[in-house]
Amino acid sequence: MNGLDVFLDAFFNPAVTAKYLPDILWGMVVTVQVALAVVFTGIALGLALAALRSFRLPGVNLLIVFFVDIFRALPPLVVILLVYFGLPNVGISLPSFAVLWVVLSLVLAAFAEEIFWSGILSIRKGQWEAARSTGLTFAQTLGHVILPQAVRMTVPPLTNRTIAITKNTALGAVIGVPEILMQAQTAQSFSGNATPLLLGSLAYIALFVPVVILGRWLETRFAWGRA
Amino acid sequence: MPDPAAMLDVAGLRKSFGDIEVLKGIDLAVQAQELVFVIGPSGSGKSTFLRCCNLLEQPSEGSIRVDGVELLDSKTDINKMRQRIGMVFQSFNLYPHMNAAGNIMLALRKVLGKSKAEAREIAEASLARVGLAEKADAYPNELSGGQQQRVAIARAMALEPKIMLFDEPTSALDPELVGSVLTVMRELREAGMTMVVVSHEMRFARDAADRVVFMDDGLIVEQGDPAHIFGAPRHERTRTFLANFQA
Repeated sequence: MNGLDVFLDAFFNPAVTAKYLPDILWGMVVTVQVALAVVFTGIALGLALAALRSFRLPGVNLLIVFFVDIFRALPPLVVILLVYFGLPNVGISLPSFAVLWVVLSLVLAAFAEEIFWSGILSIRKGQWEAARSTGLTFAQTLGHVILPQAVRMTVPPLTNRTIAITKNTALGAVIGVPEILMQAQTAQSFSGNATPLLLGSLAYIALFVPVVILGRWLETRFAWGRA
Repeated sequence: MPDPAAMLDVAGLRKSFGDIEVLKGIDLAVQAQELVFVIGPSGSGKSTFLRCCNLLEQPSEGSIRVDGVELLDSKTDINKMRQRIGMVFQSFNLYPHMNAAGNIMLALRKVLGKSKAEAREIAEASLARVGLAEKADAYPNELSGGQQQRVAIARAMALEPKIMLFDEPTSALDPELVGSVLTVMRELREAGMTMVVVSHEMRFARDAADRVVFMDDGLIVEQGDPAHIFGAPRHERTRTFLANFQA
């Protein structure tokens, strides 16, 4: 075999492709499931924490800042390993899918909270004052006047951060979540061929390039209209 | 002396920010249907005074009664009282994510509990009063400054307040837009609204105000009808201040 054949055999082997493509496709389904779950709970929790933080309750805010700083500082892989391999020692065993979902949700929540919080802080004081002067309560003002504007402003940074964290679903491979990378790695070791890894890469591209494009579209769309 | 008949009765009002005392004991009673103009140099505390009247600023001490209710009583529901105290701001402060009608409807729905249809009807009527009936669906960034301020006035008016506070309502406007806002304020006055206006529109004060209050350094220096204040001020400080406005 010449060099090109070796290369094609290693990365574009038709037999290996035919055999393992279904596994990779199934991995894509799992990746999408984890990703959607993480985006939903992470952003919801981040928004809830930012909203809670604006009430400026002394003890509560300290806890929020502590949580946010910890989860922004720790590499997600460290937390995943700690939870997956550590918690069983104290009698708590969580399924690998749940560990990946919970940990990535917490990481996304930490970053999302900071982004939403800076959005809330950037709304001019006059907006609060105008709403309160008409008799709206603090919570009503937050919900109807402040958050809608803050969330709108945070769409671009939040989109970027969400994409970055969602890609970390690949970390599920180290604890056995049957997502794309796990399927590709398994297939690669069974077949002794790198083709499944290439298929895995293509699967990520197929999933995330549309998301990146969507993110860019959201950014330009929400970058305009501020009064 | 408390004045039970007054719509707004402020007594011994003091306010400090840290070590700086901005209001040093203000006493002022505003009668129903009266238009009181508050003038004074910047830093005199006139805006702070106004913002204390609906507790956007928490006074350090004193008493503020609106329509007979003491605002500084801990049992007073301030959100309920604020429905009766309309406020108009220098920078309009319209909600940019809502159209003109939506700006007005928010408090009608969430505070007064009106239905959507009812709130919309009231919003359209208030917009018509400020001459913007056709702008109900326009967003703030589609409106001129003068139009935005009139929507803000409509937003406050829609709650049918007993008293309206105006904090430099025309200071952020281009000169040619000031007139439209003053016209709306004049109409409000003719409709019998009780108003306290902090502003530098001396000509408006002269021909629309019932009383002009001159504040300096956290105190009321002098007050009286416009003819007296503008024609024959008793205090040297008032004279020096007003000299800046003789064009």
